[in-house]
Amino acid sequence: MAFTEGVRIPWVPLPVQERRGYFGPYGGRYVPETLIPALEELEAAFHEAVEDPEFRKEFENLLRTYVGRPTPLTEARRLGEAVGARIFLKREDLAHTGAHKINNALGQALLAKRLGKRRVVAETGAGQHGVATATACALLGLECVIYMGTADMARQRPNVFRMRLLGAEVRPVDAGSQTLKDAINEAIRDWVTNVRTTHYLLGSALGPHPYPLIVRTFQSVIGVEARAQMLEQFGRLPDVAVACVGGGSNAIGLFAAFLEDPVELVGVEAGGEGIPGGRHAARFADRERGRVGVLHGARTFILQDPWGQILDTHSISAGLDYPAVGPEHAWLRDRNRVRYTAITDAEALAAFQALARLEGILPALESAHAVAEAMRLARARPGSWILVNLSGRGDKDLETVAKALGNGEAMEPSEGSR
Amino acid sequence: MNGIEAVREAFRRARGQGRPALIFYWPVGYPDLEASIRIVAALAQAGADLIELGLPFSDPLADGPVIQRATQRALEGGVRTPHVLEAAARLRAMGVRVPLCVMTYINPVMAWGISRFLAEAVQAGVHGLIVPDLPLEEAEELQVAAGAAGLAWVPLAAPTTPDERLARIAATATGFLYLVSVTGITGARDQLPADVLRHLRRARRAANGVPVALGFGISRPEHVRALASEADGLIIGSALIRLGEASGFDEEALSAFVRALREAIPSFVE
Repeated sequence: MAFTEGVRIPWVPLPVQERRGYFGPYGGRYVPETLIPALEELEAAFHEAVEDPEFRKEFENLLRTYVGRPTPLTEARRLGEAVGARIFLKREDLAHTGAHKINNALGQALLAKRLGKRRVVAETGAGQHGVATATACALLGLECVIYMGTADMARQRPNVFRMRLLGAEVRPVDAGSQTLKDAINEAIRDWVTNVRTTHYLLGSALGPHPYPLIVRTFQSVIGVEARAQMLEQFGRLPDVAVACVGGGSNAIGLFAAFLEDPVELVGVEAGGEGIPGGRHAARFADRERGRVGVLHGARTFILQDPWGQILDTHSISAGLDYPAVGPEHAWLRDRNRVRYTAITDAEALAAFQALARLEGILPALESAHAVAEAMRLARARPGSWILVNLSGRGDKDLETVAKALGNGEAMEPSEGSR
Repeated sequence: MNGIEAVREAFRRARGQGRPALIFYWPVGYPDLEASIRIVAALAQAGADLIELGLPFSDPLADGPVIQRATQRALEGGVRTPHVLEAAARLRAMGVRVPLCVMTYINPVMAWGISRFLAEAVQAGVHGLIVPDLPLEEAEELQVAAGAAGLAWVPLAAPTTPDERLARIAATATGFLYLVSVTGITGARDQLPADVLRHLRRARRAANGVPVALGFGISRPEHVRALASEADGLIIGSALIRLGEASGFDEEALSAFVRALREAIPSFVE
């Protein structure tokens, strides 16, 4: 880990972009003209902030004394024994608010203050980013409005209540599939309307430039810590690092620190009920529906029909239930630096139960996808060292899991969807 | 006459009559494909100078609730890119002569393939293209290809756009500059922003002779009256759709609205 004047640098260098705002052919800034000056301003403020020792110090201090960083690295010994490998968990579930989302929310809330903006809007799917944003806004005294699809509000009720307790206004979004995609549409519309006073606190590594860079940077603390902890606690790097990929913020935060290492990187998409029927959120795994297009300001892989209409997605986990993937992931995949796989709802549920019984940890259903992939990898390659980003805790999912397990082994096909 | 010339001619003609061009937006497929074709034909007949044919997109992030709902309904009715091109071709076959510009988001265009989309649009009698999620930096490929196909390119500028950038945007226009009146999304508003005239004058200075049409929020004859002497064009969308909904999509009611807006122009001479 790098130290300068007692301040830990919680981020990795920015990726080289041959064309500003682009990761190879992906990314860009496909938004209404109204937003361009705000994006320019945000980009400039971000670059200034990451060079400013005061900003770094304030951010680092909050991560340490408020979020509780560094989060631990735990070896999952019983799970490892059960599947024949060594499995290490980066415990983002132990961060304040219960998921990695707080890292980026605090970083961006500090940026909002720097920009003189007193109002923050954000989208949320599983509710973790909404809770993190509401938390950061409470801490820093900012007005906070969270957009959330009504289907997600129904399946993540505890988080809705949490956000309201934290002083945020939660606005239901009843349009389209009533999930994360529609919440982002509404948040962008709010931002277009109130751009002079409002910062859009985007929660994943997607959207128009500079958001993918900002989110990657503020989340890279995950990978930087995990890498140092592997070396310190276990004396070597893992063979493989695994993370789930909705928009891709926890994954890019983990991967960013390992890109130059001989470590295999695996991103896990939501396979839902399986790829063939189309009821999933696997942009890469579904070669028919997942094609390059533009959604929410970025050019990337998107689940769409032949005419370019965005498809409804399905996942048992609200946080992965999204039709586009962050643009840097598309670029990492093109260059074969990261391999992307898919895990079904049923496999994620099995991993959820395994981790609960063998390790005493209830993972978020999102993170359970990464655990499931680690278990699969372990069986295929006995003895390997696998690092998993346990991006969040599962308390928010208890109702969903209870319902899914209620009918015995089989899961109701409609579970977790509209 | 190609699309670029047809759009220019529509503005020249309006200017010759001492008035702004009146531009109307209607989503193809709303309330259904046949009705939308009849409505657009009626708008042209009633004196619309240019019509924007909405090609529905599932995630229209520049649009307010009225257009969101209308385009969603069109999509639920199965309307996709080929139907919109078919609607244009049928309107031409019915003798509709006003310029027709397709308004949509970039993803449906990319999915269809830019060159294929442009070729089929020209073939269908489309005259121009408006894509609100393509700002200056991302627009070049489509804008150049549209120009080569003879289709008018209509970029957008907003109240937040600085003068220098506004001039660069206007320089890419081969049709007109679509000036967004408000910092916000589409939707009829009772009152236009207080500084709309200042915004309009500033934009026309920066646009350096490129026609400037103002849109977003214009809903009433009073708005048209107040803006007529300052704008090269006025764009009406959500207000028209709301009237359609209120009248059971009665073509006569919609035509009467077009005429009422024309008659609100102080210098209007039949």
